[in-house]
Amino acid sequence: MDQSKWLGLAVSTGAVVVALILGGVILFLVGGNPVRTYIFMAKASFGSLGVLSDTLTKATPLILTGLACAIAFRMRLWNIGAEGQFFLGAFGASAVVLTPLLGADTSPWIMLPAMMLAGALAGALWGFIPGYLKARFDVNEIISSLMMNYIAIAWNNFFIFAVWSEGGFQMSPQFPRSAWLPRLTNYSQSAPILQGLTTHMGLIIGLVAAVIIWWIVFRSRWGYEIRLIGDNPRAARYAGINIARNTILVMMLSGALAGLAGMSEISGVVHRLQGSISPGYGFTGIIIAWLAKLNPLIIIPVSILFGALILAGREIQPSGIPTLLQGIILVSLIASDFLLRYKIRFTKRTQEA
Amino acid sequence: MESSVNAVEMKSITKRFPGVLANDAIDFTLRKGEIHALLGENGAGKSTLMNCLTGLYNAEHGAILINGDVMLFRSPRDAIAHGIGMVHQHFMLVPSQSVTENVLLGLDEPRFRLNLSHYDVKIAAMGKQYGLEIDPQAKIWQLSVGEQQRVEIIKILYRGATILILDEPTAVLAPQEIEELFKTLRVMAAEGKSIIFISHKLDEVMTIADRITVLRKGKVTASDVLVSGTNKAELARLMVGRDVLFELEKEQQTPGEIVLAIENLSAQNDKGLAALRGISLHVRAGEIVGLAGVAGNGQSELAEVITGLRRPTAGNVVVHGQSMVGERAAKVAPARVVRRIIDAGVAHIPEDRTHVGTAPNLSITDNLIMKAYREAPIAQGWAINHQKATETAESLRVSYEILAPTVETPARMLSGGNLQRLILAREISSEPKLMIAMQPTRGLDVGAIESVQRMLLAQRKAGAAILLVSEELNELIALSDRIYVIYEGEIMGEMKEAKTEELGLMMTGSRQVDSEKIDQGQRDNN
Repeated sequence: MDQSKWLGLAVSTGAVVVALILGGVILFLVGGNPVRTYIFMAKASFGSLGVLSDTLTKATPLILTGLACAIAFRMRLWNIGAEGQFFLGAFGASAVVLTPLLGADTSPWIMLPAMMLAGALAGALWGFIPGYLKARFDVNEIISSLMMNYIAIAWNNFFIFAVWSEGGFQMSPQFPRSAWLPRLTNYSQSAPILQGLTTHMGLIIGLVAAVIIWWIVFRSRWGYEIRLIGDNPRAARYAGINIARNTILVMMLSGALAGLAGMSEISGVVHRLQGSISPGYGFTGIIIAWLAKLNPLIIIPVSILFGALILAGREIQPSGIPTLLQGIILVSLIASDFLLRYKIRFTKRTQEA
Repeated sequence: MESSVNAVEMKSITKRFPGVLANDAIDFTLRKGEIHALLGENGAGKSTLMNCLTGLYNAEHGAILINGDVMLFRSPRDAIAHGIGMVHQHFMLVPSQSVTENVLLGLDEPRFRLNLSHYDVKIAAMGKQYGLEIDPQAKIWQLSVGEQQRVEIIKILYRGATILILDEPTAVLAPQEIEELFKTLRVMAAEGKSIIFISHKLDEVMTIADRITVLRKGKVTASDVLVSGTNKAELARLMVGRDVLFELEKEQQTPGEIVLAIENLSAQNDKGLAALRGISLHVRAGEIVGLAGVAGNGQSELAEVITGLRRPTAGNVVVHGQSMVGERAAKVAPARVVRRIIDAGVAHIPEDRTHVGTAPNLSITDNLIMKAYREAPIAQGWAINHQKATETAESLRVSYEILAPTVETPARMLSGGNLQRLILAREISSEPKLMIAMQPTRGLDVGAIESVQRMLLAQRKAGAAILLVSEELNELIALSDRIYVIYEGEIMGEMKEAKTEELGLMMTGSRQVDSEKIDQGQRDNN
C-alpha cells in the first residue's frame, strides 16, 4: 500500500476518533458519563451474538446504498438520490409480490431473483432520470436527484395508502413466505445457536455487490473510464471517452444498487411495503461512501460501524446522540480532507530590507 | 515637478522562479509623460518585470525608483498609493454591478452612505476628460469588452494613478476600439501621465509608443529605442533572436504522401469569435511541418478541431483522404468524433499537459493506457489485463526514461519533463500516422527539451506526419521541413528555408510578399 492510501485511512480513522471525543464532550455537557455511554453503546451493538446479528442487519442496506453513492461519486456525479432509489427499489420488489406478478406459491428460487431484478430496475430507472437530464441538458444532478427523493416517497405513500393498503392501515399486507429472504434463524433447527438471529441473505447480496463493484472500478474497462472521467473529464474527452453515456450508465448502476438495498430491506426485514422502511439509509450511504474513501471493500466495515451506531441509538437516551455522532463524523471527515489536500506550513513573513 | 526626474527607474532587476530566470538584471526607465512600449514574446519576462514594479512579486536583486525615490512595494495596494496602476489582461470587474460601483469597490470612501449619484457625476466627468466616455450607471455585463477596459482604466485613474501599466491592452479589442484606446493614451500622456504599454504586436508599438524596450528570455536586448530610429524588421529580430540552441541531426528525406490536409477550415473560439478564418495546409508522411505564431492566433483551436475536440464552422480536416471533421465528414455523434480520429491513427500531444493530457490522481500506468485500454492486449473482453498493463507501463517507463519510483505513482508527482515524456510515450507507442504536437517543449528544462525533440525526429524518420506548433522559433526552424505562419486565424505564408526576421514579421501580421507555393501538395492530391 503506498503512502497516500495509508495516510487517507489514518486520517479517516482520526476523524472518527475526533468525532467520538467531540460527542463525548457533548455527552458530558448534557450530564452524561461519556465513557460509560460509549461502553454501553458498544455492548448494545457488538456485545452478544444477538446484537451483533442486529448490527449486521442494519449494516446490510447501508453497504448497498454506500456502494450506490461510491460508484457515482467516483465519477464526480453527486447522486443525492439514493434514498429515493431505495424507496423505488422497495416498490419494484413489492410490485412483484402484491400486483401480483408472481403468485404466493411461486418457488423462492424464482420469486426472490424476480424481486431483486424488479427492485434493481426500479432503482435504475430512478437513477436514469437525473442521469439523462444531466447528460442531455446539463441539469444539476444534486438538485434533480434530491428532488426525486420526495417524488419516490410520495409515490410509495400512494400505494401504501390506496392501492395496496391492508384494511385502511398505512401498509401493505405481509408478503408470503416465498418472498422473504432467508434469515439465520431459519436454520436454528440444525444449529440452535442461530435461534432468533435476524441477519438475512441481503448481507450476502451486499458483500457480493461490494466485490463486483470493486472489480468494476479497479479491473474493468468501464471502471477505468469512470475513474478517468472522475479524475479529469477533459482528459477523458481527449481520450475519446463518451462522457454523456457514462453519466447515464453510472447513475443507473448507482440507482440499481440503492434499489437493491430497498428490496433487501423489505424482503429481509420488514416483509411488507410500508412508509417507515428507511431511517435515511440513502443519506447515510453518502457519509459511508466518503468515510470509505469511495473504496467498495472498505464500505463493508464502515457500514457495520454505522449499523452499530443506528442500533445503539435505540438503547440510549437521548436517542439523538448517535445521529449527532454521525453528523460530527461527517463534519470531521470533510474537515480532515483538508489535511490530505493541503499541507499546512507555518512560515514567518519575509522581512524586507 | 522636475522634468529631469524619471517616473520609474528599475535597476538590475532579477527574479527567479524554480528552474527559470524570468528577469536577469533588467534595467528599465520610464520618463514622465511618455508612452513606453515593453516589447517581447510570451515568456520573455514582461509581466514578471511589471509584477515586480507593482509589488505582486519581490525582486531578488535590484532597486526601484519612483520619481527619484527608492521604493519597495509589498502589494499592488502599496503601488497604487504611490500612483502606479495596472490594467491586467483579464479584467477584474463585478459583472452585476454598475460602473460607479466597480470604480468605488475597495476604496475607503464613501464611508457609510452610498451616495452613488454624486459619484456617477464625478466618474462621468473624469471619463470625459480622458476620452473614456461611459455611462456610469451601466452594469458591467451590459458593456462591450472595450468599454470594460475603459472602466478598468478609470478605476486606476480614480485612484490617482500617474503611472499606468497596460498589459497587452489591444489583445481583446476590435480595430476601432484600438483606435479609441490610442487616442485616450495620447490624451493621458499629454496630461503628464506616464504609460507603459506591454505588447508583442510591432505595428501597434510603432504607432503608439515614443520609446521601446525589448525583452527576450528575461534579458533586455535593446533599451530606450526611439520609434523614429528603428523599423519593424529590426524590432522583430531583437524580439525573437536568431541563435540556434542545439545541433540536431536531421537527415534529408523525401516526404511521402499527404496524410493531413486541411481545407478552408474555419472555427470559433470559446467566446464565439472567429478563431480560424479559412485555413488550408497539409502535412506529408515523414515530414515535420511547423506552425509558427504568437500564442492566441488560432493554433489551439486548430489543434482542437483536428483532434475532434472542437467543431469547425466550415471546411474539412482530411486524414488519409477521408474527411474526419467538417462539411464532408460522415455524420457521427459528437461524442464519437474524438474516438474516430484516434482510431484513424492521429496522436495528440496537448498544449495543456496537466489539465488535458493526463489525469493527475491516476497512476502512471492508468495514464499510459489512456489510448490503448480498448484494444488487446491491454483489454481482455470487459476487463483490463492488469498485469499486461503494468508490464507495458513498466517497459515504457524504462524506454522513455520517465523518472518515478514505480508505475503506481500518481501522475501529479511527476515533473513537467517527465509528464511530457509520459504523454510522448503514450502517443508514440500507438504508432501514429499523424501527430499533432502542441508546444511540446514549453516550460521544460534544456535536457528534457532535447529528448522531446529527438523523439519527434525519430517519429519523422519512422514515417509519421507531424504538425508541430511552437512559439520557439529556433525549435521550429531546427525541426521543421516547412513552416506555415498563422496570424489572427489566417495563414500568412509558407516557408521552406525560414529566416527568423521574416518569420517574426509574418507572426506580427505582415503577409508573405512573394507568395510562391513551396509544396503544391493540395493540387496533385485532389
